Amino acid sequence: MFETLSERLGGILDKLTRRGALTEADVGEAMREVRRALLEADVALDVVRSFTDRVRSRAVGADVVRSVTPGQMVVKIVHDELVEMLGAEAQPIDLNAPAPVPIMMVGLQGSGKTTTTAKIARRLKERDKKKVLMASLDVRRPAAQEQLRILGQQNGVDTLPIVAGESPTEIAKRALQAARLGGFDVVILDTAGRIHLDEPLMVEMAEVKRIAAPHEILLVADALTGQDAVTLARAFDERVGITGIVLTRMDGDGRGGAALSMRAVTGKPIKLVGTGEKADALEDFHPGRIANRILGM
Amino acid sequence: FTKRKLDAATLEEFEDVLIQADLGVATAGQISAALAKGRFDKEIAAEDVKRILAEEVTKVLAPVALPLMVDPGRKPHVVLVVGVNGTGKTTTIGKLAQKFRAEGRSVMLAAGDTFRAAAIEQLKIWGERTGATVVARETGADAAGLAFDALRSAREQGTDVLLIDTAGRLQNRAELMAELEKVIRVIRKQDETAPHSVLLTLDATTGQNAMNQVEIFGRVAGVTGLVMTKLDGTAKGGILVAIAAKFGLPVHFIGVGEGVDDLEPFEAADFARAIAGLTS
Ligand SMILES: Nc1nc2c(ncn2[C@@H]2O[C@H](COP(=O)(O)OP(=O)(O)OP(=O)(O)O)[C@@H](O)[C@H]2O)c(=O)[nH]1
Ligand SMILES: Nc1nc2c(ncn2[C@@H]2O[C@H](COP(=O)(O)OP(=O)(O)OP(=O)(O)O)[C@@H](O)[C@H]2O)c(=O)[nH]1
Ligand SMILES: [K+]
Ligand SMILES: [Mg+2]
Ligand SMILES: [Mg+2]
Repeated sequence: MFETLSERLGGILDKLTRRGALTEADVGEAMREVRRALLEADVALDVVRSFTDRVRSRAVGADVVRSVTPGQMVVKIVHDELVEMLGAEAQPIDLNAPAPVPIMMVGLQGSGKTTTTAKIARRLKERDKKKVLMASLDVRRPAAQEQLRILGQQNGVDTLPIVAGESPTEIAKRALQAARLGGFDVVILDTAGRIHLDEPLMVEMAEVKRIAAPHEILLVADALTGQDAVTLARAFDERVGITGIVLTRMDGDGRGGAALSMRAVTGKPIKLVGTGEKADALEDFHPGRIANRILGM
Repeated sequence: FTKRKLDAATLEEFEDVLIQADLGVATAGQISAALAKGRFDKEIAAEDVKRILAEEVTKVLAPVALPLMVDPGRKPHVVLVVGVNGTGKTTTIGKLAQKFRAEGRSVMLAAGDTFRAAAIEQLKIWGERTGATVVARETGADAAGLAFDALRSAREQGTDVLLIDTAGRLQNRAELMAELEKVIRVIRKQDETAPHSVLLTLDATTGQNAMNQVEIFGRVAGVTGLVMTKLDGTAKGGILVAIAAKFGLPVHFIGVGEGVDDLEPFEAADFARAIAGLTS
């Protein structure tokens, strides 16, 4: 059903036999196809607009060299611009702070926070030889704390003992103290999923941030997210000031346009991607790969 | 209201509202073409445009707004709940259990997610909350075997409804989809008419990929109806319009929160008005 952008642009532009610079009219027609391709890949509409503006100004007047067709030329400009907007270099989790370094996980319900908490802990433990403590602040979802406890057990990572009846802020305090006393390098706070319209829960999240002063606040978001990506990313960023994004379910067959949307509205790097349910299914972010995917290449 | 000319630019503005609600480019184009028909270049108030958009969307959705029918002749009526990870299967089962219990039916839950950490504990809590019996085995057990056991015990007890939870899976993971096929095959060894309902949960925040989810789960698991969850957020779930147009599958319920009562029947007109940006 989805024709690749190369095919579409080829169809429009490659009938131009003359060589030389791309004109305003050539590019205008091509941009309509770029817009459509990006929307089909779930890039948010506002982001599509600013993106096509940038590409347009780069493409008009660009010389089509002999070795490529005009279609390929525009696809290359689109691709390069996508990579640049996605944040050309991979940015790892920053642990450059006094131990125990607090990391806080936030996001919508079911986005993959708890699973990603365990994945990051496992990676820090195995790859960086860090001593990591995980704590679940989720007192809402049935068996959420138990879920993290089991993941800790499966992956040989310590979890804060569960105390029934504590509030999320109380758990955060206890987690930090336990991490200090226990000589942990990193303490990861897994929070309950929340919808950004839920004011009491957004207040609670800000309160946990105030108490824990996390060095990293990671927004965990589903790679399959549609147009809502901008709204949710902006809302979480405004309330707690996220430091990075983790995109989950990249093992799906989604086009991943949410990556561009969230990066564009927050300016925060995509640090990691989740590629499966298992604890080792965590990878560094490669903008080039996502750009290819968004373009269906 | 101030009137505006329904020219190409104005039309595009309204089409963009639909795109931002996740209808997708093609479906948004079809709806706005229907809007333009007979009205192009005429003066029209913005509120009227929204109302007409809502009407056009309602036309697509109304035929699929159908209740979930439980066959009282089946003991049990078997409902299998499937879907992508984290879309709300287990929570929806809890909500459905509450609804069926309130109707005076006996309900059994089968903890068929034997994979994810604490999935069984999660379902057990929903069982306690709703007064439904829970059949479970240990994590790592065979999901199909568990479903088979649950069905046998529901049949023995003459339970009205058996709700079977399954592990979340992405539709492009062939090996996991094959496992789901096996669950259905094994259930049919006891009752060849089961499962009587196969519900697919769709997360309202999901974009165009929901189409693939419906297509592949539909093919592999014989989905009979949809539930769209998480409509209490800002996502409009407009991909459902494209899905309704293409697949015509019934949409039974929407999820509007995490609580036991946060399940509502799917109302085409309300859903369409939210998409068109009409507040009341
Ligand atoms: N395929 C796939 N599944 C994932 C990935 N990350 C998480 N999941 C699955 O998504 C589902 C939800 O993950 P959780 O970690 O429980 O999500 P959460 O954000 O903690 O959920 P709440 O606490 O309820 O808000 C589970 O079934 C996970 O196994 C991923 O990268 N790929
Ligand atoms: N706000 C809101 N949250 C919901 C809704 N339905 C489910 N959730 C939440 O979404 C998260 C995931 O729900 P689950 O029921 O565990 O989803 P699942 O599909 O069973 O997940 P897996 O078994 O891991 O694949 C939980 O935090 C639920 O509380 C809804 O309608 N609205
Ligand atoms: K989700
Ligand atoms: Mg969680
Ligand atoms: Mg579940």
